[in-house]
Parts: sequence; C-alpha cells; structure tokens
Amino acid sequence: MSSYLMARRMAAVVVVGVVVLLPFIFSVYITSAIAVPTLWIGLCAVSLTFLSRYGGMISLAQTGLFGVAGLLTAALMVQAGWDPWAAALIGVLAATGVGLIFGALASSSTGTYFLMITLALAEISYYLFSAVPAFGLHEGINAVFPPAILGDPVLHPTGNYYFLLVICVLVYLFLRYLVRTPFGIALQGVRDDPDRMTSLGFNVRLHRMLIFAVGAAIAGIAGVLSAWNNTRISADSVSLAVTIVVLECAVIGGLFRLEGAWVGALVVTVLTTFGPSFTDRYATAIGIVFLAIVLISPGGLVGIWTWLDGRIRHWLESKPPAAPTPQAAPPPIGGD
Amino acid sequence: MADSDRVEVPPAPEAAAISPHVDSSVVASHRTRRNLGPMIWAALIVFGAGWIAIQVLRNGLGTSGNVPQFIIITLGSVSLAALFFLAAVGLTLIFGLMRVVNMAHGSLYLLGGYCAWALTTKMGVDWWLAALIAMLSVGVLGLVMEQAFLRWNLGQDLRQALITIAISVILADQMLANFGAMPSVLPTPTALAQPFQLGLYNLSYSSFRLFVIGMALAIGLLLWLWIQRTRFGMVIRAGIDDRAMASALGVNVQVVFAIAFFAGSCLAALSGVLGGTMLSLAPGQDVAFLTSSIVVVIIGGMGSLGGAALGAALLAFVETYSGVYLPQNLAPYSMVVTFLLVAAVLAVRPQGLFARAER
Repeated sequence: MSSYLMARRMAAVVVVGVVVLLPFIFSVYITSAIAVPTLWIGLCAVSLTFLSRYGGMISLAQTGLFGVAGLLTAALMVQAGWDPWAAALIGVLAATGVGLIFGALASSSTGTYFLMITLALAEISYYLFSAVPAFGLHEGINAVFPPAILGDPVLHPTGNYYFLLVICVLVYLFLRYLVRTPFGIALQGVRDDPDRMTSLGFNVRLHRMLIFAVGAAIAGIAGVLSAWNNTRISADSVSLAVTIVVLECAVIGGLFRLEGAWVGALVVTVLTTFGPSFTDRYATAIGIVFLAIVLISPGGLVGIWTWLDGRIRHWLESKPPAAPTPQAAPPPIGGD
Repeated sequence: MADSDRVEVPPAPEAAAISPHVDSSVVASHRTRRNLGPMIWAALIVFGAGWIAIQVLRNGLGTSGNVPQFIIITLGSVSLAALFFLAAVGLTLIFGLMRVVNMAHGSLYLLGGYCAWALTTKMGVDWWLAALIAMLSVGVLGLVMEQAFLRWNLGQDLRQALITIAISVILADQMLANFGAMPSVLPTPTALAQPFQLGLYNLSYSSFRLFVIGMALAIGLLLWLWIQRTRFGMVIRAGIDDRAMASALGVNVQVVFAIAFFAGSCLAALSGVLGGTMLSLAPGQDVAFLTSSIVVVIIGGMGSLGGAALGAALLAFVETYSGVYLPQNLAPYSMVVTFLLVAAVLAVRPQGLFARAER
C-alpha cells in the first residue's frame, strides 16, 4: 500500500518536473507544436469544464468568445498599432462583455437547450467575423506577435511557454478559489436545484450570467494567447470545427475535474500533430475516441484514472485482512 | 346555502384598503413588462418593413424600378425558408418527442445530398429515384444511430447530445474522405430544368426552387395531418406532452421514438437532396444547416410544426433582406440582424414563439 502511494507521489513529482522543465527536456518543435498549443487549448477547454462542472451548463460559445478577444486584440495591435498588453486587456474585457450579453440571453435555459442557444450564438459570431473586413475575412490577421519580452513564439518558445504556464496555473488556482467563496457555493446550489435557490432569495439568472462571464473572460485570455502564439488569427480559428475540438478536449479529459481540460488538450494536440503522419483520417480517430469516452466514461480520462486509483487503493487496503480468509466478500466498487 | 354565504368573514379593513392598491400596481407593472417585448417587436417589424418598402418603391413601379428585383429576392427567400423548414422540421420533431438534440442532423442533411449526388452523377440513376434511395438509406442510418447509441441513454440529454456530436465529427471526416472538399451540385431533374414564366414584368424563375416551396408546403401539411389526425400522431403528441404517462398507458415509446428518428433522418436527407440541387454540397454545409435548423427551432419553439415554419420564414427573410437592403457600408454586419432576431426571441419568449408554456 505504502509503496503504491510512494510510486504515485513519485509519478506526480515527475509530471510536475517535466511540466516545469519542459522547454529544457524536449526540442523546440515539441515545445512550440505540442506544449504551447496544449496550454492555450486547455485554457479554453477549462472555461467549458468550469461552466459544466460548477454551473451545469455545457457551452459551445467558448470559441466565439475566444474569437472576440483574439480577433479584437489582433486587430488593435496590427491595424491600430496598439501596445500588445493594452490590446490584450481590451480584448479580454470585450469578451467578458459579450459573455455577459450571451449569458443574459442563454441563462434562462439549461441542459440541451442551453447547448443549442450557445451553439447558435457561436455560429452567428463566426459568420459575423468571416464577413467583417476589419477582422481580415477568411484570410485573417497576420503578424500578431506577443510582447517582445516573451520572445519569438516559434523559434524560441521558452518565454511564451512559461508565460502560458503561469497564466494557466493562476487561472486554475483562481477557479479553485472561486468555487470555495460564497458566490461559488451559491453557483453550485444554482446548478443542483435552481427552484430551491430561487425560493431562498438567490437570483438564479444573475448567477448563471456571472459564471458565464467568468468563463468568457478565461476563453478570452485563451484567445489572446492563441493569437500571440500562432502569430495569426482568423474567423476560421473560431469555426464550429474549433468549437468541437475544444469540446473534445474537455470531454476526453473529463468534465468533472478542471485538470481534465489540459489532459484532454494534450491528447487531442498529440493526435492532431502526429496523427496525419499515420493516417489521413485522424479526425475520424479523434471522433471515435470522443465517442468511446462519452459512452464508457463520462468522467473522461481523469475519471478513468480516479476510478483506477480508487480501485487499486481499495484493493491494497482490503488485501491484508482478506488474505487469511479467502471467502471474504469482494470489495465494493470504489471511487467515483 | 344563504346562511353559509352570510357567515363568510369579511376581509380585515386594512387588508381591504391595501390589497386592491398593491394588486393593481403589480398587475400594471406585469402588464407593461409583458407588453414591452411585443411592442419592441412590433416597432422593429414596422421599421424593417418600412425601410424595405422605401428601398423597393424608390424608383417607382416600372420595369426599371426595384420592384422586379424585389420579387426575385422575395422568391429566393421563400425558397430558402422552405429549405430551412424542411431541414429543421426533423430536428424539432425529434427534440419535441425525445428531448434529444440531434447534433448530427446537419451531417445527415449533407450525407443525404451526397448519396443522391453519387447516385445521379456516378451511376446515372434518375434524380427522383436517387432522392428516394438517399432518403431511405439515411433514414436507416439514423435509425441505427438511435438504436445503437441513444436508446440506452434515454433521459441523459447532454450525454445524448455529446454522442451525436461525436457521430457528426466522424461522419464529417468520412464525407470529406469520400466526396472531397470541392463543392458539388446535383443536376436538376429534367422535368424542372426549364425556368417558370411568372407573368409579371416578364420575369422567369427557377422551376426547381418553386418545386422546393411546393414540397415544403406539402410536407408541412402531410406532417400536420399525420400528427393531428392519425392515431400515431396522437401517440406522438402524447409522448411530447408527457413521455412517462404515455408509456404508463401502454404506448411502446421506444417504437414511437424509433419511427420518429427514422422520419426525422429521412427529412434531413430529403432537404439535403433539395439543398444540393438548389444550392451546393460542400464540407461545412452540414454545420451551416445544423446552425440554421437550430436557430429556426430556437425562434419557433421546440417540437412545434408551426413554430418551425414561422422560424424558417423569419430566418430566411431576415438573412436575405439584410444582405440586400442594408446600407452598403453596413452589409458585412448583416449577421448582426440575425443575432438581433435570436436575441429578441430569447429576451421575450426564451422557450420560442410557438412553444408550450411549460417548456
């Protein structure tokens, strides 16, 4: 038992070590093509996971909001010559504002109806972006570089990697903190029993709207970081295909734990980067993985890991007393 | 009886003094709030119609004016509305009955179109036969999808939606592999290849588009008769209202669901065949028609035929007219008008214009 816990702890240390030292362990290519995209796609996916886990809403509008921030920041930087930080701030604020409007429109519905409304809103923003010349139409806005202090995102991704890592950790810690505040507790009440919360005097729609705006701000940050690290962004960066990629990340990783977003993002990024060298139909492969996860494990890969971990620990705990009496009842299914 | 009337306790004087006052103000504020939405709606519609009328009638009624163009544009938007209706009606039928958002609906639309395209252009099958085969085979595919994946997840709405999203991803990639990325168009059936003379301003119009309008009317009417006038339709309506109760009264809801899913998938494929002939088939059309169907259903309300018709008409008119009649410099922002349409519906009636109150 203790050796398993030791091994588990060792593995955690190794994972953290690899994440922290990644640019020095792996090549520049791996860092810029796998690690950096994993971080910003994961950041967008975590906004979805957060809304789903604590608000009970699966939103497909996250990439639309991602696009509001990314495209606005890119347009301000390239066409108006703004400072990257100021442009990023305005972009994220705009995404939050649009998020409030979308939240106000969608907050009276739940479940699949909410999914449909957010899909419609995302698609409308996509068609709008692809028609407005200021956002570069389908060609997009090119030469969007991150602030000079972070360095070149393609040739020297180290600075950008650490910046992204810090942002991701801060967002993760912020969300973990937020759900422990009275506001966060009220959110979970709204998710579980809106009628009861209403009768207790909580404004259910306002809570849904506000949590949606929090998700919008995070998706907006991801949009800015994506524009910086790709050095370009276009309307096609926020099409439904991208929305579904973000959804795939969140679902494959697991909708019950925030960490799952980055796990799913890593799996999807690895599959989309290395998949094409094995088969042209890697999108089908991702779709099948997605389908399998939805059918087998609603908790995603993180859910499978938690379940396995619980089973192993349970088995190890129940083994010593069970050894002398082989007739002992089998252990109940542990962990969920 | 008279005695019992007399013993009724009169209300306390202060309550009598206060309650009418409070009641009337509450009622009044409710009334203004309830009337505000429709008033804004009416104002918007009047403004939009007036703006279009000014644009249309600016150069008089002659052949050199804008009226002939207006007629053609209106016919275009009516045929688009017909296509939107046919695409959305399957989605709304399935959702209303099963509470399943079939996110693969757009993929079934595109697959139906591609099936008929392959049959007509590669195998030389007649358009009408190809349309029938495409409808039935996509209907069977939808049925298999429902039986294999959705049936045992009944009641888990979000999981079912995610399953259909996964299926749509797989279908989209497989269609890209088999039919390529270039747009393809179904050949128009020979009977409808000649333009139709309208007898107005010497105008002629595509017979096929008029046929699509006729199809939408006929199928809308048939579905209405099916749902309102037959025993099976009664069962469907009972299932929409209260699935558990219909099931408890001895209706085999699983069979009803299977038939509804088959019919909905057939309708998606049929609209794909019509859309593939009227417009074109290309990767991305699945998403475009899924989105338009969903917008139609959001506007009209889930599970309502009339709502689907009204939603399709509103969406098509708003999209077409805002593309043409917005001032030149605002034209790229025509999508904002569609957004305002959706936002106005969600703000006034979040459940859709024709939906039942409980939804």
